[in-house]
Amino acid sequence: MSNQTPHDWLNEHGDYLYRFALARLRDAHLAEDAVQETLLAAIQSRTYEGKSAPRTWLTGILKHKIIDLIRKQSREKPSEDLSQTVADEGVVDEFFNESGHWADRPQAWAAPDDELEQKQFLVILQNCMDRLPKKLSRLFLMRDIFEDDNQAICKELEISPTNAWVMLYRARMGLRKCLELHWLET
Amino acid sequence: MLTCKQASELISQSLDRSLTRSERWSLRFHLLICVACARFNRQLASIQAVMNKWLSDTEQDEHLQLPLQAKLRMTQALESEIAASRRRP
Ligand SMILES: [Zn+2]
Repeated sequence: MSNQTPHDWLNEHGDYLYRFALARLRDAHLAEDAVQETLLAAIQSRTYEGKSAPRTWLTGILKHKIIDLIRKQSREKPSEDLSQTVADEGVVDEFFNESGHWADRPQAWAAPDDELEQKQFLVILQNCMDRLPKKLSRLFLMRDIFEDDNQAICKELEISPTNAWVMLYRARMGLRKCLELHWLET
Repeated sequence: MLTCKQASELISQSLDRSLTRSERWSLRFHLLICVACARFNRQLASIQAVMNKWLSDTEQDEHLQLPLQAKLRMTQALESEIAASRRRP
């Protein structure tokens, strides 16, 4: 153990961990829970050997706690259950015709360049995210956690990596279309 | 030859995993000849870039802090966990 106490972890890294969780869970209470469980697990594990910075170590634990919370939530609401693959294949097929060509070709839009444009783009992106089925937006938001270790995380979420890629694809198809409609207008 | 549907799937997956060599070549070829998929590719990349920037901005945003109530509650939870872990062998 380093000479940092769990209270130092809370004081020095609590806010950071909270922001990390809040960005991905988009729910203040869930984010608080994730931080608390991370700190408790950190006390129990006693594996901190000072090899990585405490923040990196704690963030590693937090990622698993976020996955845990999402799994618990998805069990409570079957419509958000990630392990139930969406049966609605048609959702994506609407974008392509039978020969696999675009039914509706992507329209050109200008990539957001400066800071102001990026801000506007982000607002629209978040609105679009809210319109996606919740399990798709969840997975899309934790994509970077998933990227770290997709085998382990898929196991925890009881989905196959292939399913996860399919869901991320659907999320992006939906987001892109929604942005096309709303970003073009601005 | 990839269809646009297959190309769009690979474009999305290229953001989540490393494509195999043959996937990369067939995608690269498709993107050379297909304006729509090339555009799709750029658009997904800019969505991802904005998302990544937003995540890291949020992580660094010092105005965003644990509510005081939550901090107090956690301090207590930590106290009792520390006490409990001392009792464990
Ligand atoms: Zn194409």
